[in-house]
Amino acid sequence: MSKKIIASFTVSRLEILDEQGRVDAELMPDLTDPDLVRLYELMLLTRQFDQRALHLQREGRLGTYPSVLGQEASQVGSAYALQKSDWFFPAFRELGVFVTLGYPLAEIYQYWNGDERGLLCPEQLNIFPICIAVGTHIPHAVGAAMAARYRGDPIATACYFGDGGTSKGDFHEGLNMAGVFQAPVVFIIQNNQWAISISRNHQTAAETLAQKAIAYGIPGIQVDGNDVLAVYQATREALQRARSGGGPSLIECDTYRMADHTTADDAARYRDPEEVQRWQRRDPLLRMRRFLADRGLWDDARQQQLETEIDARLDRAVAREEATPPARARDIFAYTWTEMTPRQKRQLQQLRDLRELDHG
Amino acid sequence: MAEMNMVQAINLALREELERDPDVVLLGEDVGRDGGVFRLTEGLYEAFGEERVIDTPLSESAIIGVAIGMAAYGLKPVAEIQFLGFTYGAIEQLFSHAARLRSRSRGQLHCPLVVRTPYGGGVKAPELHEESSEAMFCHMPGLKVVVPGSPWYAKALLQASIRTPDPVLFLEPTRLYRLLREDVPAGDLPVELGKARIARPGDSVTVVAWGSMLEKSLRAAAGFDAEVIDLMTLNPFDAETILASVRRTGRLVVVHEAAQTGGFGAEIAATVAEDAILSLKAPIRRVTGCDVIPPLPLLEDYNVPTAKQIAGAIAEVLAF
Ligand SMILES: Cc1ncc(C[n+]2csc(CCOP(=O)(O)OP(=O)(O)O)c2C)c(N)n1
Repeated sequence: MSKKIIASFTVSRLEILDEQGRVDAELMPDLTDPDLVRLYELMLLTRQFDQRALHLQREGRLGTYPSVLGQEASQVGSAYALQKSDWFFPAFRELGVFVTLGYPLAEIYQYWNGDERGLLCPEQLNIFPICIAVGTHIPHAVGAAMAARYRGDPIATACYFGDGGTSKGDFHEGLNMAGVFQAPVVFIIQNNQWAISISRNHQTAAETLAQKAIAYGIPGIQVDGNDVLAVYQATREALQRARSGGGPSLIECDTYRMADHTTADDAARYRDPEEVQRWQRRDPLLRMRRFLADRGLWDDARQQQLETEIDARLDRAVAREEATPPARARDIFAYTWTEMTPRQKRQLQQLRDLRELDHG
Repeated sequence: MAEMNMVQAINLALREELERDPDVVLLGEDVGRDGGVFRLTEGLYEAFGEERVIDTPLSESAIIGVAIGMAAYGLKPVAEIQFLGFTYGAIEQLFSHAARLRSRSRGQLHCPLVVRTPYGGGVKAPELHEESSEAMFCHMPGLKVVVPGSPWYAKALLQASIRTPDPVLFLEPTRLYRLLREDVPAGDLPVELGKARIARPGDSVTVVAWGSMLEKSLRAAAGFDAEVIDLMTLNPFDAETILASVRRTGRLVVVHEAAQTGGFGAEIAATVAEDAILSLKAPIRRVTGCDVIPPLPLLEDYNVPTAKQIAGAIAEVLAF
């Protein structure tokens, strides 16, 4: 008889760029100066888009909206590592990924304005519809990854979800399946510390979310989610492993949701303002800007110019969204099945007769 | 007595039940510190503590599954699911376990569980936040389905549901949460699950509605000598009250916002066709949502029946 240790595990955390804008040269990813500038520009675009969305919502020009403030680095950094042929499975707070992949800005506003047409994905992109039911898309990313491998397509799928999402059964079932079948999928947790009013500590008794990978036999790592370089590097490694037959990985981006959960929420009810202030000092944009400035790649004039350019771009996107012809009653019937049923046709006719609401 | 909206009435019902019976516990996402995303459980965490008002991780299946275990042990859990659309991830627990516990244990165990959840459209919310799939749950024997149509009845029916030894799905019409105010007294209110009520008496046509559609049906009925029945409990439902009314009026309009095909209106129409067809002076009419996925805000008004549509159907059966 004996009692002995038969397995033990470690969890690592990757940090490259610190709050002062200094980098660890040994760990620096292989990125050109234009790449580094581009990462910052995409984070700024994400931030300004987000701020505009909040304004529009307050003016009644947008529906309920989930702000991504504070999570720009984990989203832009991870998405920058994706290739166009990879598939992206979003939750609902992945604005930075959409922006990085080049999703039309007007359509993002359109979706949050309650118009399904905003989910019409441009043909050159491989993006699944925004997933409102938390965590339920995780197995889909696994399935698509298995299908890609079966077809011999050299791609990976990237699946995003929050710390709350890790409590859903679908997370566990999806990761388990991915491990068993070594599916080329990368799970990217946006650990922004809160799932509405439930804090990360109340979501799980585990010390990190990264360690959840261990139970499913797949590699897991925590990264400083406000460090765009660390997020990029970790995601790139995981994607390469996936594309080269090395199976799935889990990445926990340790970041923070600076805003309310959505425009329908009031975080002051459950969150300590000091905690928010603490994270403010870890602003992902600020540290990248310092880094770029130290390298001579950025200055106040460029900052001002870019802010103005982005504003003009957002003006155009909002104008385009608001000029879109209204959706028609027909649209709610047209996509239920391949073809409209006789009963649906009658229902549509009755709507037209009764309400004369159809603008089309 | 105090004037209350439905949110306040439900809060009062929960507070009184927590006070009355130490076996009552609440659990769900954000029900504690935050007081629920609709503020329905506001103040209860402070009053009753974290062991009785339990903030859970984001796990619908575990919330209902854990509540089933608590109920079987003897507690009376009231689980909140943030929106009806998110019970879909917990249907395994509801259908395979809550609804069948009594049957599987040949009566040795039972499941005095209430699952409260907002349902229905007309509030401009994101996907899965406006589902009205009540008929699906009514098709599962063993599960009671209760839908209040006003603040007074919300309080009364919730208290009755908590005291019922069977599992109850308690559907709260989100559109009505803050729309209506009514005097809601403290203390026990006399209602019985499984009984409908005549919300407005009338002699020439029977209108059957529940939840959010009750308010619209009452408005639509105003210009007619129409009797409006608030069904309140959908399963098991009160066929007798409906049949008695239809035998008198000879006409039936059923209103629901859920999709027409397989909706609960079909059950009511079939019951009347089976047991009172000879009293009918006109074909039965259903006013329902369309056979579509509940649309996002921009198009949602096309789908949810309007008072005008209901009035149109009443006029039509009267003119037949
Ligand atoms: C299955 C499910 N349950 C509940 C909700 C309501 N809800 C929306 S977001 C949210 C919290 C999500 O937290 P997390 O996964 O950490 O993502 P975050 O919002 O922090 O980005 C909840 C409870 C939902 N959308 N889906």
